[in-house]
Amino acid sequence: MKKYLTRMGDGERIEMTVDELKQDFELGTKDAADRGKISPLTQDELDYLLEIFTNPNKIVSVEPGNEVPLTHDIGTLRLMGDQGNSGVGIPLSRVQGIQVHERAFGGDTMELGHIDYSFKPVKPVIAMEQQEMENALLSTIVPLFYGAMPNLGLYYSPDGPFGNPSDLLPMGKIQEAREAQEGAVEHATRDMIYICEKLYDVGCDGINFDTTGAAGDADMKATLHAVEYLKANTNLAIEVGMAGEFVLGMHGGLEYDGVRLAGLYPHQQVKLVEKAGADIFGPVVNTNTSKSMAWNLARAVTFIKACVEVANIPIHVNMGMGVGGSPVFETPPLDSVTRASKAMVEVAKVDGL
Amino acid sequence: MGGLRTAGDLVARMQMTRKMRIKDAKAYVAEKLKVSSADLSNEHVMREVREELDIGIITSVPGCAKGIEAKARIADLLGIEINSVKRLKNKISF
Repeated sequence: MKKYLTRMGDGERIEMTVDELKQDFELGTKDAADRGKISPLTQDELDYLLEIFTNPNKIVSVEPGNEVPLTHDIGTLRLMGDQGNSGVGIPLSRVQGIQVHERAFGGDTMELGHIDYSFKPVKPVIAMEQQEMENALLSTIVPLFYGAMPNLGLYYSPDGPFGNPSDLLPMGKIQEAREAQEGAVEHATRDMIYICEKLYDVGCDGINFDTTGAAGDADMKATLHAVEYLKANTNLAIEVGMAGEFVLGMHGGLEYDGVRLAGLYPHQQVKLVEKAGADIFGPVVNTNTSKSMAWNLARAVTFIKACVEVANIPIHVNMGMGVGGSPVFETPPLDSVTRASKAMVEVAKVDGL
Repeated sequence: MGGLRTAGDLVARMQMTRKMRIKDAKAYVAEKLKVSSADLSNEHVMREVREELDIGIITSVPGCAKGIEAKARIADLLGIEINSVKRLKNKISF
């Protein structure tokens, strides 16, 4: 029986028959449907996934006319950053990096970001970031976001003023852990608003809240409050990108607009992001390294399709190393990345990547 | 979509400023540029359209609108507010 080249979730190359691919598609979509309490993919959609996976070409793409715009995370760090930042270590200024993305890579949008890529460290050097943004805005044409992570972890000891929930929870200090997170929400919201208003003052197009929810429900709550304020008081476009497929309940009791944040999946997250006023939502679905890409992609597309269906704002799904049906590997194989991207656009019907 | 090679920056701006889904964003930009939605990703069509409208092209041609010059023309063409263009206008209206 003929076998087709595909990969495991860690990028290892494997071969699978049509029957094996079909079986993993069905298991993957069922897993998403069970966890998210959403509809699995239809037979037509599963057939289309099979068509994508059995295409003999290494690289696949969408049909002409189905192209979508891309937004980014990590700014120009992918050029000048170290390996820990998935960078390639090219010594460029950030403005040069933005120009390379616009002029050489044909980027639809671009982003400026601090080398740490978290909001908190930006506050003391905000004038530097304003200056860099001013220079970039004068010399470029594509829309420019400022990107950073809410990263509430930096507000806990030893880096911040509040007790660390990861230390407090194992000691059974539940109330103390919750109070620390509630304090961090207030500080982070205040810092993010301060930074974003300063960037708006110099003409920044938009803000990308990247890896929202990385430190759990408190992380997402702070972000939503900052978004709400910024949409009411500035003309900034806001993209909210997530850290994982569901919101971790590090606190467990935090709510936004009367909805408990812990445990929300993409189709539920988007409704709160819309409520806060954001313009673009970037959902995430994590990749399981022990499963095939057929399983992972069917699962990811199922979650994202449900999110797109209920959304009233553009959905730019997170794609890349370890999310969106792509392998967890720092040099993402093009065969997998292009297949995942095609499926997200033509099956999940996303508005961008 | 190809950014300045095509109309990717323009479609992205409509998603960012008006929360437009992909079909609506493409239809809006296509109408403003007087091309079809499919042509927004066609380098051969968009190169000429961008040159004629002087809204920025990907290669460095002397005399073509660059940077904020092109963005000022894009704001007028699409009927949107671009924050950096608004700031420029405030700075020069003395």
